[in-house]
Amino acid sequence: MLSQLTNNPLFGLILSIGMFLVAKLIAKKLKHPVFNPLIVAMILVIIFLKVTHISYEHYYQGGQILNMLIAPATVALAIPLYKSFHLLQHHARSIMVGIMVGTFFSTFLTGILAIVFRLDHSLTASLMPKSVTTAIAIDIADKMKGVPTVTLIVVIVTGIIGAIISPTILKICRIEEPVAKGIAIGSSAHAIGTTKAMELGEVEGAMSGLAIGVTGLVTVFVAPLMMRFIMHLFG
Amino acid sequence: MKLFREFLWIISFTYLGELISHGFHLPIPGSVIGMVLLFLALYFNLLKVKHVDTVGQFLLDNLSIFFLPAGVGIMVYFPVIKDTWWLLLLITLIVTAFTIGLVGFTVQQVKRRFEGDLSEHVMKKETKMIREEKTRVVSVD
Repeated sequence: MLSQLTNNPLFGLILSIGMFLVAKLIAKKLKHPVFNPLIVAMILVIIFLKVTHISYEHYYQGGQILNMLIAPATVALAIPLYKSFHLLQHHARSIMVGIMVGTFFSTFLTGILAIVFRLDHSLTASLMPKSVTTAIAIDIADKMKGVPTVTLIVVIVTGIIGAIISPTILKICRIEEPVAKGIAIGSSAHAIGTTKAMELGEVEGAMSGLAIGVTGLVTVFVAPLMMRFIMHLFG
Repeated sequence: MKLFREFLWIISFTYLGELISHGFHLPIPGSVIGMVLLFLALYFNLLKVKHVDTVGQFLLDNLSIFFLPAGVGIMVYFPVIKDTWWLLLLITLIVTAFTIGLVGFTVQQVKRRFEGDLSEHVMKKETKMIREEKTRVVSVD
């Protein structure tokens, strides 16, 4: 009986949207980056499915409708990139150098730490693209034979960590330029970090938003290269 | 039909990107190719922002909910990270902290050395420009 009710795409869709709205309400009440709506909604849906013994397959029939929109949403990133392109041109040198350095450094350090902690190939590949926006990151991980679901979780956690620690780190490192702050946050903590950058100021917010798309593009090329380099060194 | 027309543009670019990625066996994700193609189309005025703006903004504003079904998939994949989740968390913390510091430092140095400090005037103009285009920043809510 229950199986008939849940073996319907609308079930997964209703559960997803409903739980997400509940999660947004919780996030609004408890204004702390740890209560990221996506994480809270994930926990709520998982608890619901576990308690009612409904399978992930049944849930995903509706879930895949939302999942299908990830790719078009990634393509839509071209719109803010186009709109803030004049900012990119204005600070082209510092932005590009900063993002290149950051991408090489973060993928390299990730790879080294993965080796130190003896993580296997697929987990390392899942971790590599974690600084970029979710949609691009899971595609990169997929191409590198990682586990996209693990990447998804790691990317969200990265964003949350970045949003929490970035003001302190920037203060310790004496970063005062708004452009530098924005690029630093956007290129290491993508869209979730950007919400923090927007709190710091308008220039910071715009720069952070711009860094999401650029870092994503750069990482597409750097992550597989770095993976091969790390494997060559230690593999 | 305006919204459908906008949606059609966006999914067509997405589809084209995926065809190119698969067709030429490129290591670049189809969605990224689609993004670059859409950017080029806007930049060279083949397509106007207003032709994709409403639906594009809708997709970007609601980006996080699209990841929910995939995220719930962790209940299937949990065994994969059962023993290592705290390591993943530790690596993420270390890498993120150092990357923020390094990128901030690099951008600040290059900007001060080569691009100079923006004069008060330019700064004001720029801030105003950004204010007018506030919606430009992608937000994940």
